[in-house]
Amino acid sequence: MAHEHVKHIDPYTPQSGTMVPLGFQKFLRTCVLWQLIRFIAINIKMTILILKSHH
Amino acid sequence: MARVVIMGGGVAGHTAASFAKKWLGNEHEVVVVTPNSQWNWIPSNIWVGVGQMKKEDVVFPLAPVYEKAGIDYRQAKAVSIHPEGKEGSDQPYITIEYTGQGKQGQSEELGYDYLINATGPKLNFDATPGLGDGNGQLGAHTVSVCTADHAVHASHELKAVIEKLKKGEKQVILIGMGHGMCTCQGAAFEYIFNIEHELRQAGVRDKAEIIFITNESFLGDFGMGGMHIKMGGYVASSKIFAESLYAERDIEWILGAHVTRVEEGKVTYKTLDGDTDEQEFDFAMLIPPFAGVGFKAYDKAGGEITDKLFAPNGFMKVDAKYDAGAYENWKASDWPRTLQNPDYKNIFAAGIAFAPPHTISKPMQAPDGTPITPTPPRTGMPSAMMGKAVAASICDMIKEGATEPTHTASMAEMGAACVASAGKGLLSGTAAAMTVFPIVPDFETYPGTGRDIHGTTGEIGLAAHWVKHILHHLFIWKAKLRPGWTLIPE
Repeated sequence: MAHEHVKHIDPYTPQSGTMVPLGFQKFLRTCVLWQLIRFIAINIKMTILILKSHH
Repeated sequence: MARVVIMGGGVAGHTAASFAKKWLGNEHEVVVVTPNSQWNWIPSNIWVGVGQMKKEDVVFPLAPVYEKAGIDYRQAKAVSIHPEGKEGSDQPYITIEYTGQGKQGQSEELGYDYLINATGPKLNFDATPGLGDGNGQLGAHTVSVCTADHAVHASHELKAVIEKLKKGEKQVILIGMGHGMCTCQGAAFEYIFNIEHELRQAGVRDKAEIIFITNESFLGDFGMGGMHIKMGGYVASSKIFAESLYAERDIEWILGAHVTRVEEGKVTYKTLDGDTDEQEFDFAMLIPPFAGVGFKAYDKAGGEITDKLFAPNGFMKVDAKYDAGAYENWKASDWPRTLQNPDYKNIFAAGIAFAPPHTISKPMQAPDGTPITPTPPRTGMPSAMMGKAVAASICDMIKEGATEPTHTASMAEMGAACVASAGKGLLSGTAAAMTVFPIVPDFETYPGTGRDIHGTTGEIGLAAHWVKHILHHLFIWKAKLRPGWTLIPE
């Protein structure tokens, strides 16, 4: 099944020189429960970034 | 009573004007000069460009907002700056030419005590033959998402391409940078993923060849020399992060390219290797290079001093180190902090309008000397922070008698957040959320990567997509100066 995610990559092309997500990683990207957690995490990261950036 | 004149009503100018008026109250005057009648939340033009939003969703009229806030709004373009006044008067002023409000074509002198240049860029389409129409506007061969109207046009063209794909015709879609010295790679990056998503949704992805063409020497440079992201127990280059996104979606890329000519269905480009090649297309969105808007400046006697106020690219000189020399000598401290003009202390520049000391990415050129280097991005978040800092300094000068700027907004001391979507649906779309701190790498403070690895992150998923949606509504709410607008960060 994992092969499904990489079958479009041709050898010795620039695309073959990087990493490509497999099924579980793709599932996590759209898993609402996990993404709710990530939503909180992203907001915290961005808030810290904003606070550090104002002088 | 002091008068603060702000040239430009985009992210930097609008932010500066809004805060200046709030802090100065009715004792002082705040004037905004902008040729546009509408404010545009430019990041969402991407969604307009694929037909997922209407123009009305990303623009609103400025006049009622400024009227309510007590800001004097002139729908006009600034033409010249006279920082020493003129014979018989020491009052500095700018000349403006109205583009609306029933005064089209009329000129006027507008005196100021403090001037903020926040005009944004001139979209320099004509820098690449065929990309422009020869009169400074977008040409007929490609589309753009730089303005809301451009994006509407792009969505119509894309719709036609999708219809052809549905009929079984193969189509080549080319997205990227239309010149070797472009910035705003992020916009092209986001647009190509939205197009890919739309084709997938339409069930025609397999019929289309999608190609990214960029002046970056590696994917993920973004005009910032790339960045290193903490993920999976490693610190990895944004090259890996970006390449992965393209490879996953079967999008090809052309690197280190300077587009030299655009013709109907074909671009010619030169690469860092010195090769010249051509790429055919059925649909192309190529970002133009940016330049300053082309002001003239004059001294008291009427002699031209444009070179004194502006760099050769038309951007305004501020407190940056413009003689930093070769890349090896560059430091974070080269970047301006107060954004004050060194010769005229009552003039400031914010957002895209200030002249950077140099690029952030390492300068590169083709063997014949053609420079092919991304220029520095100055996106919404840093532009707004600059606008606010400049307004705060000016308010302290007016109200507290400060003799020097009291606030700073250096791109080497601030971070930026970027959310690049793919799709628009709340459950079907995904997005890449990236944070970077600082924007300009500081190799003295952060040896090795130049950035705080805890503050420089990237991840892909629905959560980032939700953030993108929220930011769209929050920033339009803020720009409309609706209740609580000051609580929404820049």
